Order: sequence, then structure tokens, then C-alpha cells
Amino acid sequence: MADLKTGWTRDQMAARAAQELEDGFYVNLGIGIPTLVANHIPDGVNVTLQSENGMLGMGPFPTEEEIDADLINAGKQTITTLPKSSFFDSATSFAMIRGGHIDLSILGAMEISEEGDIANWMIPGKMVKGMGGAMDLVAGVKKCIALFDHTNKRGESKFIKTCSLPLTGQKCIHMVITDLGVFDRAEGQTRFRLRELAPHVTLEEIKAKTEAEVIWE
Amino acid sequence: MKKVFKTADEALSGLCVDGMTVMSGGFGLCGIPENLIAALRDSGAQDLTVISNNAGVDGFGLGQLLETKQIKKMVSSYVGENKEFERQYLGGELELEFNPQGTLAERIRAGGAGIPGFYTKTGVGTLIAEGKEHKDFDGATYIMETGLKADVSIIKAWKGDAEGNLIYKATARNFSPMMAMAGKITVAEVDEIVPVGSIDPNFIHTPGVFVQRIIEAQCEKRIEQRTVREA
Repeated sequence: MADLKTGWTRDQMAARAAQELEDGFYVNLGIGIPTLVANHIPDGVNVTLQSENGMLGMGPFPTEEEIDADLINAGKQTITTLPKSSFFDSATSFAMIRGGHIDLSILGAMEISEEGDIANWMIPGKMVKGMGGAMDLVAGVKKCIALFDHTNKRGESKFIKTCSLPLTGQKCIHMVITDLGVFDRAEGQTRFRLRELAPHVTLEEIKAKTEAEVIWE
Repeated sequence: MKKVFKTADEALSGLCVDGMTVMSGGFGLCGIPENLIAALRDSGAQDLTVISNNAGVDGFGLGQLLETKQIKKMVSSYVGENKEFERQYLGGELELEFNPQGTLAERIRAGGAGIPGFYTKTGVGTLIAEGKEHKDFDGATYIMETGLKADVSIIKAWKGDAEGNLIYKATARNFSPMMAMAGKITVAEVDEIVPVGSIDPNFIHTPGVFVQRIIEAQCEKRIEQRTVREA
């Protein structure tokens, strides 16, 4: 049966984001779709995953026998170490993040503006859970990729002119990967440029679903 | 001065007063001082300001102090796992101050290190920056954040000795080393009290100067997201 759905699945979005990983990178992956990026690290690319609760060199999930309550990731999931792993306190962890020592952060988003502002922590009027480490990550990490569905449940664009939700950070997102395509902006450039369309997505469709002003050609 | 106490209740005796500020270590339920939190609840101290990255879950960790309504204000970065918290907050019974996680960690570190304030890029242009001093350094804008201190810090470590030297295990370390520094009195509960001299001085994480009281106690170590792979 032909697959009529256009665009990428969540797993395919994660796989596309994984292509941005470079050998030797230290990387922080956010909760949700970004976590899936770890399953798609390209062969020959050696990256070190940072977990902001205090670990570099995150290993895979444990087997039942390996579970250690003292060893979790920032999503509070049980994990394991690797031979290269190190542990540290939260101030040291955020010294890595805020001090510009982490190469790449991949985060989820509720809204991204055309200038690279991100909102992903708060919906006014709803119970707010907190920003956790997101504000520190977008302010301090060298390159930030936002990975999210292009539209919300009502079909409205989440890649918009100006964020309507309270910001997590200003002008800090360098690349946008959605189920419909990839946009990036070079250093010093204000506008994003369309780089890639997801399978079976037409330029007309992505234009219709993008409120942000971007460079299309 | 004798630092080793027998029970959590004894270790907190004379320290718990209404209106005090308490720092409590842990990330989620990982590395929380379970026995000291229960003893703080049993002390009956009211109107507490609690500085902790998270607020426990319903009925466990700091959730126990929410149930008894002993907490007046929480200073945290993420509180999403707790229905009673949500109920009290939305009902206006509980104050809440959100800090970005790195800002929270650094404020605690600064407080313990005698640094009253510092500048950071985190939060510039967001709600967090409102009302805070802004200053430019080398063309970029930063906001001023202040150091945090506590009347009492309660933390959890892996091994400790009678001098108060501590080492932590894996990611259970998180906020505890900074909280140890920022508490006027720091009380540590450890899985194991070991003889002085048995921890290699090269590997001590928290030097004893930061720890005033210590107990050995069993922790349940509840897991929030038990996630496994196929063997």
C-alpha cells in the first residue's frame, strides 16, 4: 500500500538531525524527539552525550540487572556508563553548557520565530512545570537545533514571525528541523534559508504552513 | 566537635525552626536525602522556604512536606511531577520561584563561595530577566543573579567519614556539593560511614569543612523512569 503521508516521522526527524553530528562533538539532547537522535548517530562519528544532571559519556539504557537508582539521565530515565564517562556536580555541568564547551544542543520547541527566538517552557494560564536547563542550553551552547512538528494540532504554523509564548531564549536557534523540512541560518545572518524538503513535501505546502519570513530559494 | 549522629531526627535536633530556608539535594528522586526530609517533616517546622531543583513526587521526597503544608515557598527549576504541588500552587497556597537550572546551581555555588552576585547570559530577553540588572560585557548582554544561602542544607552522599568528608555516587551528586557549601549548617546522610583515612584524599568530593553533621541511613532510592533495554 502506498504511503500517502508526506514528510518525516518523529524517528526520521531524529535521523535527519543526527546527520548534523560531527566527529568529536559534545552534545546535549533534550527530552522527547531529540532523545531519539542517539539511536541514529552515523557510523564513524564519535560523539559524547552530556546529561545536564551531571554526566558526560552517557551509555545505553541498562538491562534489568544493570539498573542503578543513582545513575539517571536528565529525563530521569535509568542509564549506563561508558568507558569514557565522567560524573560531576550541577554547577560544573552548567559551566560546560554556559561556558560554551558543548558543541551542539538539540531541543524541542513550541514556537520558533523567524529571528531564531525559541519558546518551549511555558503556556500562560496552564500549570507551568519549569524551564529546567533549557534557558541555560540555548544561551550557552555553540549551536542549537530546534526539532519539532511544523504545525500544531490545529494546523497552525509553529515557525512564526514572533513568538506569542514566553521566550526560552532570544536569537539562539541556528537550525530548524521539522516533519516538513530543514532550515538554517549562517553565522551573523538574521534570516533562515530553506535547505531541504522532507519526502513528498512540496514547496507550496511548506510555504503555506510557514508563517516566518524565510529565504526560499 | 562530634559530627556523627545516630538518626536523622537526632541530626536535625535543634535546627528546625519556623520560617527557615532549607536547601535539599537531588535531581528528581536521584540523590535526595530521604531520611532527613522525613525528619524535617516530623520536626513540624512551618513556613519553610525550600531550595531544591525539583519538588519530589506525590507522597515521596519533598512531596511529603507538601502534604503537611510545611512549605511556604519553593525555589526550583522544574516541578512537573507532583499533583499536590500543582493543587497548592494553583490555589495560591504555595509560592514558587523558577530559576533556570544552571542559574540555580550557580546561585547556590556562589552563595557558598561568598560571592553575592554574578552575571550570566541565561534568561536574557525572557521573563526571568525582568527587574534584574542588565550589563554588557564585550558586546553581549548579561543579567545579574544573586547568590543563595540556607539556614540548613540537607544532602545525600555515598560514603562519608567522621570528619564530614564525602564522596557521591554517579549522578546522585548533582546539587549536593554546592548545597553543602551554602548551608550555615549542612547535614549529610550517607549510605555508609567509613573510617577516617579510608577515603583516598585525592577522591573526596566535599571536604569536611562544609559538613557539620552526618548520619548513616538506608534509602529506598525510588526510580522515576525505570527504562531498560533488551539484554
